[in-house]
Amino acid sequence: MKFTEDHEWLVADGDVITVGITQHASEQLGDVVFVELPELETQVAKGDEIVVIESVKAASDITAPLDGEIVEVNEALVNKPALVNEDPTGDAWFFKIKVEDPTSIDDFLTEDEYKDHIGE
Amino acid sequence: MMDGVSNPKALPLAALHAELGAKFVPFAGWSMPVQYGLGVMGEHNWTRAHAGLFDVSHMGQVLLPGDADAALEALVPVDVLGLAEGRQRYGFFTNDTGGVLDDLMIARAPDGLFLVVNAACRDADISHLRAHVEGVHVVTNRALLALQGPEAEAVLAALIPDAAAMRFMDSQRHGWAGAELWISRSGYTGEDGFEISLPEAAADAFARAVLADDRVEPIGLGARDSLRLEAGLPLYGQEMTPDISPVEAGQAWAIGKVRRDGGDRAGGFPGAEEILGHIANGAPRRRVGLRPEGRAPMRAGVEVFTSEDAHTPIGTVTSGGFGPSVGGPVALALIDAATPPDARLFGEVRGKRLAVTQTPLPFTPHDYNR
Repeated sequence: MKFTEDHEWLVADGDVITVGITQHASEQLGDVVFVELPELETQVAKGDEIVVIESVKAASDITAPLDGEIVEVNEALVNKPALVNEDPTGDAWFFKIKVEDPTSIDDFLTEDEYKDHIGE
Repeated sequence: MMDGVSNPKALPLAALHAELGAKFVPFAGWSMPVQYGLGVMGEHNWTRAHAGLFDVSHMGQVLLPGDADAALEALVPVDVLGLAEGRQRYGFFTNDTGGVLDDLMIARAPDGLFLVVNAACRDADISHLRAHVEGVHVVTNRALLALQGPEAEAVLAALIPDAAAMRFMDSQRHGWAGAELWISRSGYTGEDGFEISLPEAAADAFARAVLADDRVEPIGLGARDSLRLEAGLPLYGQEMTPDISPVEAGQAWAIGKVRRDGGDRAGGFPGAEEILGHIANGAPRRRVGLRPEGRAPMRAGVEVFTSEDAHTPIGTVTSGGFGPSVGGPVALALIDAATPPDARLFGEVRGKRLAVTQTPLPFTPHDYNR
């Protein structure tokens, strides 16, 4: 598992990368009450805001970590946004993105580097 | 106010809040507990089912002498003279254009009037009062706690048996462990409950005694806002401002009959012509409850339209978010009064027009002990 500085986790399976948010991020957000997912088969560019998350406190975004095509989204989150708080690094993945170069995931943070980043 | 943001004041019970695991945020010049371990939604649901203890010591507490009624009536459209001892009324300071400077509670104490005003408006309110009323005494050594929820009566009665007999908007003084508590049966959640002013020196022991009851959890500002939103209660600065008349804000009920046209003391408060005109002839805007049909919350600032392609908004969301007891998003909005009450409307969120239904307020029924 790799991490972004924006509190996303990434898991690669071949050229498809599953993306979610970290436990730390879900705790900071508080109770999640709304999730809007990207449309399937859309091409996204690194940095695009493709997911909206609303908690009881505020709205925030998840950005695409890499260029690629959205090949799967987790519809379960739309019906049960609280999954993001219950199991952020498991059942509450957000989307799967097919990328050109799966090795580019290696540039992201390791778990230890992410822990340093959030001061743990 | 800017000083307050950079260097917020600590509440008298700050150490207790930290011990209880509070997260703090700066609010109106104070460092305030925004949530504890249960989280905003858990605290909200706990308060609706049991009892929640809120520290609202940031609010301003003011005493006026017994002969200040007429002077206060010159600032608020409330029947102050008709307020009986042991009772409390809700009101607001109005401005010359018929808007609102702050909303407040006015209680008749044995020796005068006891006012509670919003923290953000406290200094301005005190200046305003001092300019018009003799003998304004700002209370600086008392904390203010609120105990809210269906089990609040049983919890407080275990410490102060006489509190159980109080009715909604009663205001009484009761002793506890040698301290004098000024208790009103009121609150800001839509639930039954009490607001308790007490000496700072007694606040920690009293709060711990209340929290020792298994039915009580500490509740932060986050849930305070979602509870009041579901209860349809206006927040000063959002639903009530210097540019919104109390009639537009849906608060005309607080304007005493005696202060209205035809009453013995009609008018005589700032903006009376505009405000009484709004009562007589209708106001240009009205406050409404909105239930978004989807799941996306609509927060303050969202523009409201009559159709998916209408060019000009007919109003704006003043407060909005997720209502845990409603189980979906809820919003308050100020809209053009000409809008038909049954019209389906649209709020624009992230460039999309999302359907909303106008809904009678409150979203969650009030449970006051009338």
